[in-house]
Amino acid sequence: MRRVGVYLLAIGAAFFCAAPFLWSLITAFKQNRDLYNPNNNPFLYNRPATSDHIIYLFDRAAFGTFAWNTVWVGVLVVLITLALGLPAAYALARLDRPWAGWFGIAIFLIYLVPPSLLFLSLSRIVVALGLQDSTWSLVLIYPTITIPVSIWLLIGFLKAVPRDIEEQAMVDGYSRLGAFWRAVVPLTFPGIVAVIVFAFTLTASEFIYALSFVSPSTEKVISTGVPTELIRGDVFFWQSLQAATVLVAVPLALVFNLFLDRFIAGFTQGAVKG
Amino acid sequence: MSEGLPEGIDRHAPRSAAEGRHGSEGLPEGIDRHAPRSAAEGRHSSGGRKLADREGTLAWLFLMPSVVYIIALVGVPFVLAVGFAVSDVTAGDPSFDFVGLANFRAIFDDPVFWRSLGNTFLFTGVSMIFIVIFGKILANILVADFKGKWIVRFLVLLPWTTPATLGAIAWLWLLDSIFSPIDWVLRKLGFIDGNMYWLGEPQLAMGSVIAVHVWRLTPLAAVIMMAGLVAIPRDMDEAARVDGAGFWRRMFEVTIPLTLPVIAVSALFGAIFTFTDMAVVDVLTNGGPNNATQVLTSWAFFRGIDGGDVGQGAAVALFLFPLLLAAAIAILRAVRKLEVR
Repeated sequence: MRRVGVYLLAIGAAFFCAAPFLWSLITAFKQNRDLYNPNNNPFLYNRPATSDHIIYLFDRAAFGTFAWNTVWVGVLVVLITLALGLPAAYALARLDRPWAGWFGIAIFLIYLVPPSLLFLSLSRIVVALGLQDSTWSLVLIYPTITIPVSIWLLIGFLKAVPRDIEEQAMVDGYSRLGAFWRAVVPLTFPGIVAVIVFAFTLTASEFIYALSFVSPSTEKVISTGVPTELIRGDVFFWQSLQAATVLVAVPLALVFNLFLDRFIAGFTQGAVKG
Repeated sequence: MSEGLPEGIDRHAPRSAAEGRHGSEGLPEGIDRHAPRSAAEGRHSSGGRKLADREGTLAWLFLMPSVVYIIALVGVPFVLAVGFAVSDVTAGDPSFDFVGLANFRAIFDDPVFWRSLGNTFLFTGVSMIFIVIFGKILANILVADFKGKWIVRFLVLLPWTTPATLGAIAWLWLLDSIFSPIDWVLRKLGFIDGNMYWLGEPQLAMGSVIAVHVWRLTPLAAVIMMAGLVAIPRDMDEAARVDGAGFWRRMFEVTIPLTLPVIAVSALFGAIFTFTDMAVVDVLTNGGPNNATQVLTSWAFFRGIDGGDVGQGAAVALFLFPLLLAAAIAILRAVRKLEVR
């Protein structure tokens, strides 16, 4: 009886979460004449399915370019975030500075400064640096979103690593830096995975900066490219839009699902004990 | 101990025995653990100030890149934004003239600002309640053991891992004024004749925006709360079960109190994302109809970018910050208190 309940709840939850994507998937292969007839059953193919709109997405709307831009921006942002955030978090978690607690709170507060407050002045800075209309402007600016939250998460993970391990590594002849790199970083791996996943999701989702810094379509990322290139005035390329949504949603969720357990393990140490 | 013995001798005896065992084991362990620590401290002090000084340098070396980066690209723009808020900068006239609090006076005189402020609180508050409740339920489902868990998790993660604008586009089509499949089903069931206009009627539009937002953030809340559930010591749940506590009693007297800090953290994340997010509002309703779904972030965007009045846009956006700060401090304090207990 309980088992049936669990299955029913699980199926219900999965349905509510995935239903819009299911509807997108059905829409993506529909012919215009089928789609734009309100009397047709919207869940069935009243005319043969077509892949024209998906071909359009790649051939005419540069979807491949948007996807590639999103991926390389995301990877670079994650690398920058870890390169800056991991040492900073270590300094705050471990090096016993009297101001560490105060500093940690300050960094969390920086995370609260919303992009909607900064984009006006940041776009001036981007122009001054000659990066306007270039995807590189996003590589430069996105770590402002990811670094504070990553430091905050990593502090928790690093605090969970027993001090003895580091001391042992130093007794074994490693320098403080060596002990950090050889002993602490590998043990923080679940936390690092959590940060990678979190930072990449934030980056791929970001909208305001991408919208205000970059306008040429070859430089756009998915979150701005898809809505701006496939919604022209009042004309919505519905099938292509829905195809793009599914094509982005599925791989991201698959990758995230692979790392979910590590992410959860990381969060337990990070957010709760932090 | 001698007082408690006659009362619950059957049930408590094994447990107190276990505690005793723990205690006797814990003692030498504690001694062992403390010994090297104090030795290490001794080493620190006898090794002189050198090591401590080196740690100070290292701390600064490690922190410097992040600090410089954040000052340059968050601190400076923040100050600039404050500057914009007290200036008459517009898209057409970028020259900076100090105008004092004129921008604030102008936005306070605008009824749309107050409407946006009210909407922001409504939007954040109602979303938060549903996100926490649904997130909690979802987390409990996802930690249970069942077949096909992998695929359920994958489907449940979809709303959150999909970029916000794309998720909102899927909903925009789902709530279309003519072709909405929800309307089609309702029509077939005989509940309505024409269309619902989900995004066209003020109250329905607000409801829709909140629903999409809850849909999008519930998986994140669930994942964070799963972390809390996984961390509960199994024996506490077992002990409550042995004592005869039913599912709901265990839920409200063991699980929820123990996971309150995590629930608070997920609420905090949810609140921040809700408060500063405008992608859902922007894609679904663009603040309409007639500003019924306008929130502070989208209003700042309309003022500052679409309207070209950078000064007023910055003033509206700046208004977000103290509110966020107050909410964050309140919740962080609550988390601290819960942890200490």
